[in-house]
Amino acid sequence: MTEHVVIVGGGTGGTVLANDLADRLKPEIAAGDVRVTLVNDDPDHVYKPVWLYVPFGQREPDDGRRPLSELVDDAIDLQIDRVSDIDTGSQQLQFSGSSTSVDYDYLVLATGSTLEPSHIPGLAEGGYNYYSESGATALREELLEFTEGELVLSVIGTPHMCPAAPLEFVFMADDWFRERGLRDDVDITYTYPVQRVHGNPHIAEWAQPIMDDRGINVETLFNAESVDPEAETITSMEGTDLDYDLLVTIPPHAGIDLIEEAGLGDDGWVDVDKHTLEAEAAENVYALGDTADTGVPNAGSVAHYQASVVGQRLASELRGRPPTATYDGKTLCFIETGLNAASFVEFDYESPPSPAPPSQKLHWSKLAYNESYWLTARGLL
Amino acid sequence: MTDIEPDATVDARGAACPGPLMDLIGKIRSAESGDVIRLLSDNDQSLTDVPEWTEEAGNELLAVDELDDYNAFYVEKA
Repeated sequence: MTEHVVIVGGGTGGTVLANDLADRLKPEIAAGDVRVTLVNDDPDHVYKPVWLYVPFGQREPDDGRRPLSELVDDAIDLQIDRVSDIDTGSQQLQFSGSSTSVDYDYLVLATGSTLEPSHIPGLAEGGYNYYSESGATALREELLEFTEGELVLSVIGTPHMCPAAPLEFVFMADDWFRERGLRDDVDITYTYPVQRVHGNPHIAEWAQPIMDDRGINVETLFNAESVDPEAETITSMEGTDLDYDLLVTIPPHAGIDLIEEAGLGDDGWVDVDKHTLEAEAAENVYALGDTADTGVPNAGSVAHYQASVVGQRLASELRGRPPTATYDGKTLCFIETGLNAASFVEFDYESPPSPAPPSQKLHWSKLAYNESYWLTARGLL
Repeated sequence: MTDIEPDATVDARGAACPGPLMDLIGKIRSAESGDVIRLLSDNDQSLTDVPEWTEEAGNELLAVDELDDYNAFYVEKA
């Protein structure tokens, strides 16, 4: 009998896992004992970190797109379709595109994050973002026209993709306006929902002095409640109003509704054991990347490391052995501190981050990684 | 132990900071004025995060139950 592994989601986690399994289970797949299907609702794989550079004219959205068919091993069945129902009792998925269903023996959910600007009245009309292709290109056009006034960067809620990206944006914007001789005419204000500039206290302690040095204004304990696009103001639940001329936000994030409907967790995030990545509410279901509610950052490196753990565990289970691989919370991030410098952090569940001194070498390392990312997606790096 | 009956409970046990506070804020967003939300958190940072935020936002922290391995915060939405 053929054991069927279905991976839902062709982002970093799903794609790395598919290629990991193609390599790890090569004999079993060749013998027809195991079949692996990767389901994604878009024929392309998207590398979202490229979007940070689009508003500053340093990258194009197409730099972050490649057909999944070029990235995924031929041993994997690639299905471009949208899952419309997850039944963990009968271990079956329904698809909307083909009106068909499929049985699985093991299911891995790697469905990522979605943006929910509608949660904040006025945000969709009044705010720009660089968390989508269309948002990043619209912001690029706006930034090119923006030569003076108040730029507000507001982080609306956590978790969100790439917790470092809001810091990176204001540091890069500060540099970008300085290089163009406009910084004295542009005020930059950064807002964050808790009482420091980043959720992780160690990164907050590191970032706050840089913001002070650069003259970036900070509003903490600022949870956006509404945006008035006409008056160009953003108002917080805490009663603070900020005027803006250009509002850039990190919109509220959620997972996909199917996960909550399947009883796997709230807000589209799957409740998992943070070490084994197994779903708590169902058998034979794993989640990884943004989808897994582990408390670690929603970052590509997390999805990458978690994919390796899930790959090892699935291979063990399919071979009738107890799975032993566990995820230790490992996270690795470059943090741009301007247009020509970056820092770097590495941490896990037990060890806190200690950001490296910003340098040009780390900036080039980040750019080099971005270029070599496609090797990661293929499972080679 | 308080005998306050919450209108909703947010179980953020196991979540790293600022997860518990953000979970509370998320629930308060969708709550009605006067609703009491109970937040369960085993993160020590919540002992400072929650009182600071409730005061800043004008909500009221009615009680904190210190239990064996977690705390229960009762917050009334203004």
